[in-house]
Amino acid sequence: MQNYRSIKTPLTDELCASLHAGDMILLSGEVFAARDAAHRRLQETIQRGEELPFDIRGAVIFYAGPSPTRPGRIIGSIGPTTSYRMDPFAPLLMEQGMKGMIGKGKRSAEVVAAMERHKAVYFGAIGGIAALTARCVRSVELVAYADLGPEAVLRLELVDLPVVVVNDTQGRDLYEEALKRSKL
Amino acid sequence: MGPIREIDSKLITETVKRLFLEANTCLGADVLAALQTSLAREESPLGRQVLARMLENAAVAREESAPICQDTGLAVVFVELGQDVHVAGDLLNAAIEEGVRQAYEEGYFRKSVCDPLTRANTGDNTPAVINVEIVAGDRIRLSVMPKGGGSENMSSVAMLLPAAGREGIRRHVVESVLKAGPNPCPPVIVGVGIGGSIEESLILAKKALLRPLGQKNGRDERLNELEQDILADVNRMGGGPQGFGGSVSALSVHVEMKPCHIASLPVAVNIQCHVARHREAII
Repeated sequence: MQNYRSIKTPLTDELCASLHAGDMILLSGEVFAARDAAHRRLQETIQRGEELPFDIRGAVIFYAGPSPTRPGRIIGSIGPTTSYRMDPFAPLLMEQGMKGMIGKGKRSAEVVAAMERHKAVYFGAIGGIAALTARCVRSVELVAYADLGPEAVLRLELVDLPVVVVNDTQGRDLYEEALKRSKL
Repeated sequence: MGPIREIDSKLITETVKRLFLEANTCLGADVLAALQTSLAREESPLGRQVLARMLENAAVAREESAPICQDTGLAVVFVELGQDVHVAGDLLNAAIEEGVRQAYEEGYFRKSVCDPLTRANTGDNTPAVINVEIVAGDRIRLSVMPKGGGSENMSSVAMLLPAAGREGIRRHVVESVLKAGPNPCPPVIVGVGIGGSIEESLILAKKALLRPLGQKNGRDERLNELEQDILADVNRMGGGPQGFGGSVSALSVHVEMKPCHIASLPVAVNIQCHVARHREAII
């Protein structure tokens, strides 16, 4: 696709620093799908001083809970859920080494500040195109919390997921910049 | 009143099941047409790409019988029950719930309903949200709407001052959509319910979302003008598709209205994402 830059996970400080709000990205490699209930458990695990169920250093978390997989398929439909619900947990995960988040919608001032501090990036994926997004998933593996059903943590191998950098390491915010062009 | 017509509850179950299976995998012609029109109107190149991918997704979902969105929603059902109908067999609500259960299992749809406190999943996407209205006749109209959580979370009801008037309502709705920003997956459809009591305004706002896109508000020319004014304001905000910037933040604004108390002006705003799924059948 035109004007897209291809990047691969895990993410490094240098790579994150080179990404800017508005950049169009094709993201490949391993990411972890986790949403509401899983985030609470990840937080509790850290607070107890125990080891997380996956290596979070350089990791990208995709705020997503796919629909069930039909027989013979890799995954059901999958797409981003609204990210602000994970705001209470994101700074703690960035402290542990998380470098990227994929979701949709605005983040809190605390999360944006933590992204600057920890050199992490927030990517916006397109919501509501989950049948198409499923085609970017090459493999799926259950990592933890099977009892949470659609909210379990999954390891996904992605190839060329189209995303847009919304918040970068310099504190820029694509959503706010778009509204500055308001004609209202 | 005419003679009583008996309708087997199994027919209700089968119909509800079929409607949810279709709604979650086949985007309606009204939404497809609205997305096509928006693609031609959108000024931002990224915004156009986003809209084009939405159309491509609808085609893939239909071809693969896959959910258009992974959030296959809370199962909202509106029932217009003819008062000459006798439902034979199961209770009406039980028949509807069974249809939801079967559709979400057979369609490989995500079960997205949980206990509010423990957050434990109920496992079969029930209970459904069922609204029943008794009407004349010997038929049942079933309208289903799988409603996603992201857009529902951006919805609200406000008890405005009667002095706010038409312009106050307009400003309030536009501010609500601006506040929601990119969260409810724009371009959105804005359902507005004005008047009634607090709960009736919300039901009006949700019912407004059942109206097919592109269909004019036939009830009241004042509402038609209000819809156009709010839509124009929202599309001047700059948020655009997914909030990445652009000129199409909303596909449509639908307003429903009923008289209210002399002291009140309830205004409910129910936001719907671009995956506006609704299907209906008359049995």
